[in-house]
Amino acid sequence: MEQAFFFYFAFVIAATSVLVVALRNPIYSTLALLVMFFHVAGLYVTLHAEFLAAVQIIVYAGAILVLYLFVVMLLNLKQDVRYHRQWPMAAAVGATLVIEAIILTAMKGSTTPAAATDTETAIGGAGNTEAIGDVLYTTYLFPFEVASLILLVAMIGAIVLAKKDIGEREA
Amino acid sequence: MSLYGTDLLALLPELIVVLTACVVIALDPVTPASRRDLLAWLSVGALALCLGLTGWQISVENVRVSAFSDLVAIDAYARFWKVLLYSVTGVTIVLSLPYLKAERIHLGEYYGFILLALSGMLVMVSAVDLLTIYLGTELMSISLYVMTGLNRSKPRSLEASAKYFVLGAFSSGILLYGISLLYGLAGSTKLASIAGAIGTRGTEDPLVLIATILIAVGFSFKLAAVPFHMWTPDVYQGAPTSITAFLAVASKAASFAAFIRVFVEGLGGLKADWSILFLIISILTLVLGNVVAIVQTNIKRMLAYSSIVHAGYVLIGFVAAGRGDGASGGTPGLASVMMYLAIYSFMTLGAFAVIGMLRKGGMEGEEIEDFAGLAKRQPLAAFLMLVFMASLAGIPPTAGFIAKFYVFMAAVEAGLAWLAAVALIFAAVSAYYYMRVVMVMYMREPSSSSVAPPQLATSPALSFVLACAVAGVILFGLFPNPLVSFALQSVLTLK
Repeated sequence: MEQAFFFYFAFVIAATSVLVVALRNPIYSTLALLVMFFHVAGLYVTLHAEFLAAVQIIVYAGAILVLYLFVVMLLNLKQDVRYHRQWPMAAAVGATLVIEAIILTAMKGSTTPAAATDTETAIGGAGNTEAIGDVLYTTYLFPFEVASLILLVAMIGAIVLAKKDIGEREA
Repeated sequence: MSLYGTDLLALLPELIVVLTACVVIALDPVTPASRRDLLAWLSVGALALCLGLTGWQISVENVRVSAFSDLVAIDAYARFWKVLLYSVTGVTIVLSLPYLKAERIHLGEYYGFILLALSGMLVMVSAVDLLTIYLGTELMSISLYVMTGLNRSKPRSLEASAKYFVLGAFSSGILLYGISLLYGLAGSTKLASIAGAIGTRGTEDPLVLIATILIAVGFSFKLAAVPFHMWTPDVYQGAPTSITAFLAVASKAASFAAFIRVFVEGLGGLKADWSILFLIISILTLVLGNVVAIVQTNIKRMLAYSSIVHAGYVLIGFVAAGRGDGASGGTPGLASVMMYLAIYSFMTLGAFAVIGMLRKGGMEGEEIEDFAGLAKRQPLAAFLMLVFMASLAGIPPTAGFIAKFYVFMAAVEAGLAWLAAVALIFAAVSAYYYMRVVMVMYMREPSSSSVAPPQLATSPALSFVLACAVAGVILFGLFPNPLVSFALQSVLTLK
C-alpha cells in the first residue's frame, strides 16, 4: 500500500515537473508547479514527516507560488517560443544520461540505500515539530545560522539592485 | 546545556567578519557620501584583525579544532585558505575605492557584500559537512550575483548578473542532486561518514559513481573548468572590474578549497575514478582556454579565459595528487595546488588593479588597444602590468614560474610526465596573448583618432598595495621556500 502511494506521488511529481518546463503558457507552468508541490507534500506524509508536509504547503504552495503567479501576471509574458528550439538538444542530453545510468546499473548491479530508520523510532516518540526544532537549534545550529545570513544577503541584494535612486546619492 | 562558548571562540574570525558586515550595512545610511571611505577602512581593519588572529593560531598551535557538532573543522588546511582569503579581500577593498568613485557606484553596501561573500567562503573552507559546504557556497554566490550587477546603469553588468545567477542556480541544483544521493547512501552529510560508507560499499557502486560525477560537475561550474566555463567571459566582462578581480581570485580559491576537501576527505576512496575525470577536464580546459584567449580583444575577457586556463593547471596538480603513490602520496600535488592558487591570486589581483585604474575620458578603458603607448605616458603602470603579465605567463624569475614549476614537478612525480609536457606546450601558447599586452604597451603608439588618451585613477593606498603585489610576485619567484613550507604544513592527508 505504501509503495503504491509512493509510485503515485513519484509519477505525478515527475510528470508535472516536465510539464512546468514544457508548457508554453507560463500560467499553466505555474499551476503544474502547484500540483507538484502538493504531491511532494504527499510524499512527506508517507514518510511520517507531517510537519515538513505542512510547511511544504504553507511556504511553497502558499507563499512562493502566489509570488510566482503575481510576477508572471505583472510581467504579462506572452508565449515565448524561442527556448523551445532547445528541445532536441535537451532530449539528446537527457537520453544519453538515462542510457548511461541504465548501463551503469546493469553492469555493476543494483544498489540499496542505507537502511533508513522509521521516522517515529528516529525521533523517539517526540512530536515531529519538536524533533525538528530540537536538531535545528542544536546539531544543525551552524548551518541554520548560515542560512539566515543567506536570507539577509538576498533581502539587501534585492533592495540594492531594485531601489530607484540608490545611484543618485553619490558624492 | 552549553552556550557554545568554545565553538564560538573557534569561529571568532568568522564572527568578526559577519559582525563587521552588519555594522557596515547599518552605518551606511547615516554616513555622508563624503565619509564613505571610512566604511572601507573599517572593513580593512576588521580583516587585518582576523588575519592577525588566524596568524596567531597558526604560530601557537596549528591543530584541528572541531566545532558545532563536527560540522566545521578549523585545521591547518582551513587556516591556509583563511589567511589567503583575508589578504585577497583586503586588497580587493583597497583597489575598489578609486575604481568605485570613478564609476560612480561607491555604495556602502558594497563593502557589506564583500564581507558577507567572504564569510560564505570562510564557511566553505572550514566546513566538513556537505550541507554546510553547500550553504557556504550559496552565501558566497548570492553576494557575488548582486555585486556583479552593481553597475546598474550598464546593461552589460545587469546581463552578467542575470546570466551568472541563472547558471549558478542551475549548477547548485546539480551539486545538490549529487549531495542528496550521497546522503541516501551514507545516511549522513558529514564527509567522514560518507568516506566510511564508500569504504564499506566499495567503489563499484553505480550510485556512488553517479553522485561523484554530479558533485564534480557542480564544482566545475564554480571553478570555471571547461566544459562548464560558459558563464565566465560574459560575467567577468560585465561585472565591475574590482568585482571581476574578486570573482577570479577569492571565489575561485574558496571553491577549490571546498572542492579539494570534498574529494580528498569525503570521496578519497574513489581517487582512481575521479583522477581520470579531472585529467580529461584539465586537458580540455587547457586546450580550449588557451586557444580562445588568443583571439580576445577585450582585456577582461582575455583574463577571463586566462583564469579558466589557470584552473586547468591547478587541476593538473590535483590529478597528480590523486595519482600519487608511494610514501609521499598526494602531498606534493596538493601542496602545489595550494601554492599555485596563492600565487595566482596575487598576480591576477595586480593585473585587474592596473586595468581598473585605466580610464578613458571618464569611461573604463578595457580594450587591449587602449593600452597602446602606456609605457610612454604611465611608465610605472606599464611596468607593473609587464611584471603581472610575465608572471601569469610563467616566465622566470617571477612567482608564476615557481607555481607552474611545482605543479609540473608533482605531475612528473606521479608518473604523468606526458601531461606535464602537454601543459608546458600550452604554457608557451599562453605566453603569446600575455606578451601581446606588453607589446601593445611598449611598442605601439596610441592611434591618433583616440579623443582622450587613457588616464589613471589611483590612490596612495592602491599604489602601496600594488607595490606589495609586485614585490611579492618577484620575491616569491626568487625565494619560494617560505610559501612552499607553509603549503606543505597545511596540506590535507589523502587516504
